[in-house]
Amino acid sequence: MKPGSTAAACAALLRRDLVLVWRRRGDALTPLLFALIVVALFPLAIGAQQDTLRHVAVGVVFVATLLAGLLALDTLFRGDYEDGSLEQLVLSPHPLSLLLACKIAVHWLTTALPLIAISPLLGELLFLDPALRALLPLALLLTTPLLSLIGAVCVALTVGMQRSGMLLALLVLPLYVPVLIFGAGACNAAQMGLPFLAPLLWLAAGLVLALVLAPLACAAALRISIS
Amino acid sequence: MNALTLWFHKIGSPPTFHRIATVAQPWCYAVGLVLGLVALYGGLVVAPRDYQQGDAYRIIFIHVPCAWMGLFAYAFMAANAFVALVWRIKLSEVLAMASAPVGAAFTFVTLVTGSLWGKPMWGTWWTWDARLTSELFLLFLYFGVIGLYHAIEDRRQAARAASFLALVGVVNLPIVHFSVNWWNTLHQGSTVRLLGPSKIDASMAWPLLLMALATHLWFFGSVLARTRAGLVELDAGKDWVRKLALADAA
Amino acid sequence: MPTPDLHDRPALLEARGLSFSRNDEPIFGPLDFALHEGETVLVEGDNGAGKSTLLRVLAGLLAPTDGEVRLHGEVLTLANLSPQVALLSHHNGLKLDLTAVENLRFAAGLLGVRQGLSPISALAAVGLDAFGDVPTRQLSAGQKKRVALARVLLAPVGLWLLDEPYANLDRGGIELVNRLLETHAHRGGAALITSHGAYAYTSGAPRKVALRPGIGNRESGIGTAAEDRA
Repeated sequence: MKPGSTAAACAALLRRDLVLVWRRRGDALTPLLFALIVVALFPLAIGAQQDTLRHVAVGVVFVATLLAGLLALDTLFRGDYEDGSLEQLVLSPHPLSLLLACKIAVHWLTTALPLIAISPLLGELLFLDPALRALLPLALLLTTPLLSLIGAVCVALTVGMQRSGMLLALLVLPLYVPVLIFGAGACNAAQMGLPFLAPLLWLAAGLVLALVLAPLACAAALRISIS
Repeated sequence: MNALTLWFHKIGSPPTFHRIATVAQPWCYAVGLVLGLVALYGGLVVAPRDYQQGDAYRIIFIHVPCAWMGLFAYAFMAANAFVALVWRIKLSEVLAMASAPVGAAFTFVTLVTGSLWGKPMWGTWWTWDARLTSELFLLFLYFGVIGLYHAIEDRRQAARAASFLALVGVVNLPIVHFSVNWWNTLHQGSTVRLLGPSKIDASMAWPLLLMALATHLWFFGSVLARTRAGLVELDAGKDWVRKLALADAA
Repeated sequence: MPTPDLHDRPALLEARGLSFSRNDEPIFGPLDFALHEGETVLVEGDNGAGKSTLLRVLAGLLAPTDGEVRLHGEVLTLANLSPQVALLSHHNGLKLDLTAVENLRFAAGLLGVRQGLSPISALAAVGLDAFGDVPTRQLSAGQKKRVALARVLLAPVGLWLLDEPYANLDRGGIELVNRLLETHAHRGGAALITSHGAYAYTSGAPRKVALRPGIGNRESGIGTAAEDRA
């Protein structure tokens, strides 16, 4: 790989971000703990009746994953913004959308993938139907990248702000809802024995679209924010 | 430069637009108010009772025009947002940001009047069907745009960031409009069509359309009022604003 | 000694009527100046005079409110500038959790390297070869600045935009900056540096551009540089 080429730049960025997460691997556990706590709160709040919990298991796991991802979203660009490396990425001769796509990919790998991995455990805590043990992680596998991509565009708009947590949630949640409806809807339909393939296909189509468009939108939003 | 481009440039200059808006705004409000009162009279008094719903349906004369305005306002905001981002025209930035609160208000009225109508008609204040849910998200999108605009210090950068968000959310507009066709919803399907015959009786149609016209005028009156304030705020240091302030003080 | 025929060469970077205001408050401008190859220009101004903003406008990160910037005669866009410039802003652009060498290796991957240099040799050039494997978090402010300078040195670009390069540096560091600038100028590069004037670029007599908020610049030529430095 020729140093200074776009491929080398992406490789260097991927490597750097992975090393950075590894150096702070303790912090990477926080979204997992958060999701676990949220899920654990529900039996305490609505009673430990197996049937009731089974009914809401899919929805609760999805919402817990979504909220954990939302909390983690802030770290996508904040570190780079504060020490000036984001500026360096914007100034580099490589397509900004590609570089940002690399950052989003690492962010997803290190925050969402662990959540997907523990989702069967979270489901078990809520007495999730055993038939769904494979479908739940699969549905999350389709929804979480969409959430990361859409979230990245909104984070790019608020990157400079100090206490942007609430505002970010306000911006991001309306856009998250269709994804949630399709993802959780597919699992809920499967739980009731109804056909569930269609929403998953819609999610996949949305994911393909987002993979192409979201990095471009993210780059445009970032240029507005740092100006 | 041909006459049309020249005219656009002239209108787009803040002092000129401010003058036009100052003249047009009271007329928009006044005519809108008059037409609105006539339409309300037509809807509440003149129009006959619905054979199914009795008098309860009359809230349609507020609910439907406000729903149309909520969508129209967003489209207006998105169009100006596009112009503001691509050509960086100050006036478009101000127009886009001015239409957000007005559109949000119309959407809020839509949701409230719909809820009031839903109780006698469906037996429930609220349901999470596609039409109602997407309309609620329209309101959240408006809040997001307004919130983002007020969160950034630099007014022009704030307008650009909020405009970008508005454009991202524009995908919600066809979802709201076609939700009754694409999904099984509790909300009724479309009765009034732009092209082709409408399924609504003529005696009910004219107050509805007149109210739609009235709300459009009210919308423009509101937007012009906010735009005047927005332009003055943006150009606060400039000569034309100073002259305006001195003239007012005199 | 700067050569008299410097201004006969075509300008590398030119600012014409450049001004910038935020929320209608003028930050700087209108400015007119030109930067030629082999030249170092010093932008002077008090704190808050808009030096950092000027640098960001010249780097293409901010769009000017008025006027234009030209690179080799063409109007500046981020696309035509970014392969040719290295920016040192008051943030160092270094990740604190990485070591100095890792930071430079990333920069090398992102931008490539100047011929004859490597991350290790760049660190040696700024006097930090013993600190390569120290996490950047543990370096002093002056050492961080040196790593940032090594990053600039490593980039295979001709134009340096340095914001307060002397900040946080000790006397040895200041001499290092001057040495780097001189070498850069000798091999045909150009640099624009900002400073609030407490430190002097002692090599030769750089052209100075003084920044006063809201008013046009006063550009001093080579002949008056001596008085300005007094």
